[in-house]
Parts: sequence; C-alpha cells; structure tokens
Amino acid sequence: MIARRRFLTLAAAGLATPALGKSIDLRLPGGPSARRLTDAFPGKRGMILQRTTPPLLETPLAAFDTGIFTPNDRFYVRWHWPFPTEIDPRAFRLTVDGHVATPLALSLRDIAALPHFEIAAVNQCSGNSRGVFEPRVAGAQWAHGAMGNAVWAGVRLKDVLARAGVKNGAARVRFSGLDAPPLPESPDFAKSLSVDHALDGEVMLATHMNGEPLPLMNGFPLRLVVPGWFSTYWVKMLDRIEVLSGADDNYWMAKAYLVPSAPGGGIAPGTKDFPRQPISTMVPRAFITNVIDGSRRHWQSALPVGGIAFGGNAGVARVEVSGDGGATWRDAALGRDAGRYSFRRFDTIIAAPRGATKLMARCTSTAGDIQPLTGIWNPGGYLRGQVETVAVDFI
Amino acid sequence: MRVTLALVALLTLGAAPAPRIVSIDLPFDATPFPELGAGAPSPDAINNNCLSCHSAEMVLTQPALTRAEWAGEVTKMRTVYKAPVVETDDAAIIDWLVANSARLAKAGG
Repeated sequence: MIARRRFLTLAAAGLATPALGKSIDLRLPGGPSARRLTDAFPGKRGMILQRTTPPLLETPLAAFDTGIFTPNDRFYVRWHWPFPTEIDPRAFRLTVDGHVATPLALSLRDIAALPHFEIAAVNQCSGNSRGVFEPRVAGAQWAHGAMGNAVWAGVRLKDVLARAGVKNGAARVRFSGLDAPPLPESPDFAKSLSVDHALDGEVMLATHMNGEPLPLMNGFPLRLVVPGWFSTYWVKMLDRIEVLSGADDNYWMAKAYLVPSAPGGGIAPGTKDFPRQPISTMVPRAFITNVIDGSRRHWQSALPVGGIAFGGNAGVARVEVSGDGGATWRDAALGRDAGRYSFRRFDTIIAAPRGATKLMARCTSTAGDIQPLTGIWNPGGYLRGQVETVAVDFI
Repeated sequence: MRVTLALVALLTLGAAPAPRIVSIDLPFDATPFPELGAGAPSPDAINNNCLSCHSAEMVLTQPALTRAEWAGEVTKMRTVYKAPVVETDDAAIIDWLVANSARLAKAGG
C-alpha cells in the first residue's frame, strides 16, 4: 500500500515510469532510438525492450564484452506468435512424421538416450541491425544485439531422423514449435531445410545452452540449432518434424524471410520486382564492444579496442581495427578458437587521434569473405554485414 | 550390488531433462497509442484494432514511414497474418500512423 502510494506520488511528479528510468539510445538514423532497459522478463536482465507482446528483447552490445559466450539471462528473445508459458517436460512429445518409415512420438527421455552432441554457434536474427538500414525499412527495429553465442547441447538431427527412417524421395524436412497464432487462419510458424542439410551431422536438437536447460523464452524444452544459418531456422519449442517429399510452400518459406537472389542479397532501394530466395547462411561480422558508439571519453595515447567477431558460415581468420575511420588498419590479436561457428574475441591497442573519430573492426572469414566498407540494402532489412562504425569523441 | 545398480539408475534419471513443470509469467503492456494533440487524428481506431496481437511498441518503434508504406503494413496485417482489422477503420488507422510519423520526422528522431 505504501509502495503503491509512493509510486502514485512519483508518477504524479512525472518521475516514475514502468521502466523506472533506465533507457538506452540505439542511435538509429532518424529514430525513434530510445528504448527501455528491462528486468521484467523472467530469467532475463538488462534487456533492451523492443516489444512486450510477443516479446522482442535485444542484448546490449556491452554484454558481449564480457566473454564469447552470451549469458542465458542476456540472450536475445524473438517470437512471432504467442507461446506456452508453462511446459510439462514429462508430457512433452516430439512428433516425427511425414515421408518416414516409422512415425515417432519421442519423449525428452527418448531424445536424451541418443548420442550426445554439442557445438558452439552464433544465433543471429535475420533482421539483426535492421534499425540501422538506410533508407529505413519496416520490421523489428533491432540495433546490433539480436544475436548471441552459446554452447548448444543435445542430439544430432540425423540421429533422430535415422530412428524414423527417411524414405527415398524425401526432399525437405520441416520444423515447427509450440508457438501458435492467436487466430487459426493465421500462418503457423514453420521452417524447412533440405534433407541433405538436415542429415549433415551438425544440425541438432538442443535441450541445453551454456550448460543449463534452455530458458523457456529461448525455446525450452527443445530447439533446432542450424550452425552458420540465420536464426529463423532455429525453431524454438520444437515439437514437430515433418519429412516432405516435395517443396515447402508454407508462408514462412515461400513468402517471408526472402532475400534478393542477387549475389550479396542487395538491391537498389525502391526496386519492386526482383528474384527472391529464402535467406540462408550468415556473413562475417565484427563488433567493437569495449567502446560505446556515440560516447565521449578522455583521450589516451594507447587505446585498447576489443570485441567479438564471427565468420558467418565459416571461422574467423582475421580481424583488423581502424582508429581513423578506415584510413589505416592494424591486425588485432585473436582469442581462443571455440569452433568455426562461434564468436571469437579480438583485441588490440591503437593510437587514437584527439577529437572526434570513428573506430572500425573488419572480419575476414576462413572462407576468405571480408566485410565490405559499404553495405547492401533490401526491403526486409536482412543480411547486414558491412563494417560497423563506432563514433567516439576523445576529449 | 543391487543397491549400487539402483543408485546408478537414480543418478541416470537425475541426468535426464528436468521433470519439473517449467512455468513463467510474462509481463503485459497495455499502454495505448497516444493522443497526438488538438486537431490531430484520433488514436481510437488503431487502439481498437491493433493491440490484440501485439503491444503498441511494435508500431511506436518504427521509423517514419510514408502513407503508402503504412497502408501496405495495415494490408499485410489483414491479408497475410489475418488480423481482424475492421476494413472501414483503415483510413482512420493510417491517418494516425502518418500523423505519428510526421511527429517523429519533425522531432528528428
């Protein structure tokens, strides 16, 4: 009662908001850029609130400065539709059916009995960094934090499919979860992979991330992990695997998450008719995480610059850092290699100029792909991969 | 020996996925779309149609879009996602969205 009265008093004075004051400026061109930082979601803390319902929670870039694995309580969250907020692991079943010899209904115990598999891999939303696309496009207005890196543990998809027996003539494997649209006629979320991809021994079903059961908001009790591919395929609360003998024409494969077929996935802004294809593999990216974009700080002759990089669908071969807006570059030291799909730490020390400058980091993947200085554009705001700039004013 | 086996069985069960029911409470945001001031389009139509599937932040975080772009978004919500947006409310919804974009553009972000 006292707390409520105090809240009302503060509210009347314009001092109390549901956010209790904490906010962050995402520096999205043209805005709106201010977002609340929230601790209101169970098992999550310090998240950028993009949307309460269904939840869109972004990880602040500074959270990636503490290590290459993103803590579960800082890992971003993205749902299209409402999802169950209560799961009974004993009652849960994964259905495997369609073009298979033996349809299955697997319990979590059945799944845990299969050979254990784990892999470090970056999970990145297709639309990560959409909010900094220019010209701006509609959609979830993420800055750069719709991504995270974790050790995913569970079983290989190929071992699950082997139990069901994929029949000759299978073409695609489709995945869907317990999330469901509020109206039955809305398109239920489902994604598919080619059979060859599904059987490659890397695509897996995770029950754990970073040594803990998946947080419910990250897909408990089971999520698909597709290393090197964008998160749209990493179906959460996975409860159905359907082997298809033909193409998958469901909305989420045929109409949504499409990118221009042109190499690099970019087109001229405003282009209306162009060939499209489903988004697939990620591209190399690097992010400076120890200096905040738009910050002012005291000049120091030797400035440590560090962050995280990933190679997209390959490992990190090299990261270069520039302290002068890309005029000169120096190689950063690379941290521990946790696998080709993982974040990798980079660190160096640069001689920073006085006054305003732009810091940059550029990743080259082990496949030889290097981040370009200028970016692509497409109407979905997908596939951003250009070198990012951290503006800093040394005083 | 039998006791040891039973212990092993128990430990094995313990390593299996947590059998407990996992339950969370999600926060709820009921903040309506705001009034834009005297003479500006009313938020009534957008409040009546656009809050059953997502909270207002989905719209309020968008960049300044053109009338055609906003009309496209409203159409997409109805035709693709089957949102129950009353067709006769389209004009009032889009008017509010365009006015809010104008306010955003004026504020310079």
